[in-house]
Amino acid sequence: MPGSQDKKSVSNVGPTRPDGASSLRRRFSWMHVREQAIQWVLFGCALLSVLTTVSIIYVLITESVYALPPHTAFFQEVSIREFFTETRWTPQYAEEQQHYGILPLVTGTFLITGISAIIGLPVGLLIAIYLSEYASPSARKWVKPVLEILAGIPTVVYGYFAIRFLTPMLIVPIFENWLGMTVYGKNALAGGIVVGLMIIPMVASLSEDVMRSVPNSLRESGYALGSTKFDVSSKIVVPAALSGIFASFLLALSRSIGETMAVAIASAGFANLTLNPLAQIQTMTSYIVDVMTGEVVSGSTVEKSLYAVALVLFIITMMMNLISQWVLSRYREVYQ
Amino acid sequence: MALVKRFTQFVEPPSDGSIAHVPEVAPSLGPPKIETRGMSFFYGTKQALYDINLQIQSRAVTALIGPSGCGKSTYLRSLNRMNDIIEGTRVTGEVLLDGMEIYSRDVDVVSLRKRVGMVFQKSTPFPKSIFDNIAFGPRIAGETSKSELQGIVERSLKQAALWNEVKDRLKESAMALSGGQQQRLCIARALATNPEVILMDEPASALDPASTARIEDLIFELKQNYTIVIVTHNMQQAARISEMTAFFCVGRLVEIGQTKQLFTNPTQKETEDYITGRFG
Repeated sequence: MPGSQDKKSVSNVGPTRPDGASSLRRRFSWMHVREQAIQWVLFGCALLSVLTTVSIIYVLITESVYALPPHTAFFQEVSIREFFTETRWTPQYAEEQQHYGILPLVTGTFLITGISAIIGLPVGLLIAIYLSEYASPSARKWVKPVLEILAGIPTVVYGYFAIRFLTPMLIVPIFENWLGMTVYGKNALAGGIVVGLMIIPMVASLSEDVMRSVPNSLRESGYALGSTKFDVSSKIVVPAALSGIFASFLLALSRSIGETMAVAIASAGFANLTLNPLAQIQTMTSYIVDVMTGEVVSGSTVEKSLYAVALVLFIITMMMNLISQWVLSRYREVYQ
Repeated sequence: MALVKRFTQFVEPPSDGSIAHVPEVAPSLGPPKIETRGMSFFYGTKQALYDINLQIQSRAVTALIGPSGCGKSTYLRSLNRMNDIIEGTRVTGEVLLDGMEIYSRDVDVVSLRKRVGMVFQKSTPFPKSIFDNIAFGPRIAGETSKSELQGIVERSLKQAALWNEVKDRLKESAMALSGGQQQRLCIARALATNPEVILMDEPASALDPASTARIEDLIFELKQNYTIVIVTHNMQQAARISEMTAFFCVGRLVEIGQTKQLFTNPTQKETEDYITGRFG
């Protein structure tokens, strides 16, 4: 019988292989080469992004903090003290009236960010709650593409919308004609509002993702205790997804801080140190655009100031990213 | 003695006449707490339950057994309208709680679920503190007084036999409790809203034997005051804790009877095959 023969050979000899194949020694094969090549290509891609980051930081530092002689960096021409305490930012003025205090740019940036946060964060969160908890599948099928269209509109169009529509048809009638306040043609409010609109899709879709990942069993437990849909949404789902929602807020705020084109068109002009949302302001990014598109002498202090501003901007957004990562890891709830 | 005998005869013929088999609360006493008449259930076009006629007695444990997919969980979840949150489900026939139709248009689902609480197979503590977990139900019902809430939390945890283990760490996260403790926490959470009926969907199936024994002891305690309906895959468990057992198979109620009766002397061939392990 073939069966009994097999059994016998197994019990006596064990599995047999040709001699070469039974060796465990590594030998050359094209498969190995391919595997190695793939690994190096992937590593190269990762390295590329690291190198880019490192070289950007290198440029920012050599232009702003310290440069090897005979060149001088920004902070070797303007003192760090003036940079952080001076309240005027007037690099475009004649030599003796030039001041480099970044405070007006920082306030301008945070004014835009603050207005956009007031508009974008709550609306984005409410849309996320709607999409995750209330919307029927068919409604979701309509709303999500519309949000994506909103996210896909070029920011320059938002800027145009702000200065040609928001300011003359909404802000001026309300604040100037009705409340009697002075509204500038370029004002922080218009820019802040459109940046707020821009971050809505981001907050909505990121928050919706974390809210949908809250296990359904938690919702059912809530309903079984006599919760209404609003109770379940506001007291179970949102708290359970809070860390993710917070992270989406911080990412959206980083976007607000970095937003350039819409603000440059709608709000940016003179670097005022003001919190008046109806006045012209200057943000860090729009200042960079302003100088880059104008005539600037290569190697001048004005040109170097761009790098100092960019460095501050870089540090602020990096800190926001670090905080959001810390929040995510600190408050992440583990579901089994 | 004679009276008790007569009552048991009224429901089912006694298995061997011994009084030891008579449940503490004779099922025929008083009107049923929950009753379904000619109830059918549909997921979209797929029918999951066919014409279920079943009475659930007050202050007793009714076990629902049957092979997987037989509809016992669907039946359980239809008793507090948990299936409402699944889209496309439909119920026909009558489901009565204390004689009132719970699927009628003027029934408030939220207050229904406060009266008919539920414990799930997987323990589902909210990612909040132990205290906030228990106080969740009373809070959404509008209870705001701190001392009142403390009283409810303590009472519920004591009822669920968890108080001694957690009384010093009520402010800590409920997620840090062990599996068995989490399940007792969920029972305490369900008790905190003062329900009349507690539905349990395989509450001990994910627990180790020691934790299972604790849950069973707890159910034994709770049936003094609550009506309990429990779905279980474990027939020994059904036999240990329930007064009445209902056997479901492919969406139909095959047999319902006193637990002892059903396990020792089933009237239906299908029931006998299932409990003797010949199928399912």
